[in-house]
Amino acid sequence: MNTILLLAAKEVREGLRNRWVLAATGLLAALALTLAFLGSAPTGTVGAGALDVVVISLASLTIFIVPLIALLISHDAIVGEIDRGTMTLLLSYPVRRSQVLLGKFLGHIAILAFATCVGYGLAAVALLATGKAIGGGSWTAFVAMTASSVLVGAVFVAIGYLVSALVRDRGTAGGIAIGVWLVFVILYDMALLGLLVADQGRFVGDGVLDALLLFNPTDAYRLLNLAGSDDIAAASGMAGVVQNAALGPAVLLAALAAWIVAPMALAAAAFSRREL
Amino acid sequence: MSFNVELKSVARHYGPVRAVDDVSFSAGTGEVIALVGHNGAGKTTLIKLMLGLARPTAGSVAVLGQNPAAGDASVRRRLGYLPENVSFNPALTGRETLRFYVRLKGGRPKEEDALLERLGLAHAADRRVGTYSKGMRQRLGLAQAMIGTPAVLLLDEPTTGLDPELRQQFYGIVRQMGAAGATVLLCSHALNELEGNAGRVVIMNEGRKIADGSLDELRHIAQLPTKIRLKTAEDGTRRLREWMGEPAGLRQINGHIVEFDATPEAKAAFLRRAAGEGAPFVDLDMVPPGLDELYAHFLAGRILR
Repeated sequence: MNTILLLAAKEVREGLRNRWVLAATGLLAALALTLAFLGSAPTGTVGAGALDVVVISLASLTIFIVPLIALLISHDAIVGEIDRGTMTLLLSYPVRRSQVLLGKFLGHIAILAFATCVGYGLAAVALLATGKAIGGGSWTAFVAMTASSVLVGAVFVAIGYLVSALVRDRGTAGGIAIGVWLVFVILYDMALLGLLVADQGRFVGDGVLDALLLFNPTDAYRLLNLAGSDDIAAASGMAGVVQNAALGPAVLLAALAAWIVAPMALAAAAFSRREL
Repeated sequence: MSFNVELKSVARHYGPVRAVDDVSFSAGTGEVIALVGHNGAGKTTLIKLMLGLARPTAGSVAVLGQNPAAGDASVRRRLGYLPENVSFNPALTGRETLRFYVRLKGGRPKEEDALLERLGLAHAADRRVGTYSKGMRQRLGLAQAMIGTPAVLLLDEPTTGLDPELRQQFYGIVRQMGAAGATVLLCSHALNELEGNAGRVVIMNEGRKIADGSLDELRHIAQLPTKIRLKTAEDGTRRLREWMGEPAGLRQINGHIVEFDATPEAKAAFLRRAAGEGAPFVDLDMVPPGLDELYAHFLAGRILR
């Protein structure tokens, strides 16, 4: 355990030193603040709660940006260290490969969690400063959204490691990471939408749709947050989905957890078989 | 006697490439052994086998009595390794880098400061590794290999990028470690600098061990001639040549210097005669065959066979 924490601490220190933490936090804070102010303008004093609108905007932001940041910091983690020769040295120490992987994971999650909490927290603080009344339910949704954003980040960190453990050179890892992002964030939903339109409800029933949504971690995240509470579901236009979907928060969280465990296990297997 | 490092008919093939083929040797405590060979002769693969980073296709490897591929932490704690072209994260300082490795190995607290001091890096300890010169990075690499005074030190091309003074310093440290009982294995293709620094030399070629022994033993096996260079007074070479009886293979370097190669027996005979009265030369130099010549000799023998 000590070894894992030591490796995690080194990852965080390197992240601080090479400005990854700063860049990620700055990017998320800037986008979150922008969305908070743009988003709260049209609602005025009536209608949806101010923080609810922010939760909806930030959830959509998360789906685009957090996987991208996660893949950027993780795709190089193994193949990059092998390439630079630092992995050979590290593995000559009393360290198991699974410890290397877990240590890096904890370190990268810490970086992502910090960036997300600070970035999104700033948006909430800014909203408070404008003096809008915010209900307790909205706060719960906000905290849940922030926490699940870190979770979705962890999913893509794990996927990034899998890519990193499998490929031979860093360029390939980068290319595949971009591809993974495109598929899960953009192409999958477009294909799903196309399928639903073309199918007209003949073959793809609710059960199949639910399964298809769980096959994409960003969709699980979207359902978790946008359909999570009635107010937000109504405001985000997801009310229709909520009524049909049999996917409760527990199932969605389990899906996200599986999306972390499975790639990590595969990455560990690939890494342990790899010769340096 | 048990050996710190023991290889028995080890082979490691990558597809059709025989990176290491049927290599056996053992190294006891306090031995400083040089692994010598061309690039691609299998030196680095041998080191990786000893680290357990590569698994042997055939044969067995034991380091400190254990199979290194089993990943026993207690063995790794007593092992130091300096990779070829060592690299560290350029954003961290030398002290931070070394402290990380000390803690990873369970070394003594503040051991990093002592090591930085010993390798002459104390003044740069709080500078980023990115600002270090090649020689400084190499010394930092050596410092991390020395954490916890290891029983086995594996050094892959340790002196590349070091200037002559640092090289001497480096071999001084290696000798100290050897004297303290560590088994030091170092890869090199800078043969001449091993003279006097490595007690034993293992010559590798195309994955096979082609020679193994101390430099003196290898010289004896190779029966290489010693180069004898004679200096006479100005224009005295004619007399010298007559005195020597115009031996074949005598080379005239210039007006007052001649040179010839003498086998061990011929050398002794010549020296006995030269010690007598009236030998017409003023100075004599003997150059024993260096590692370069030895290496070339064993390599040629290999190819002929």
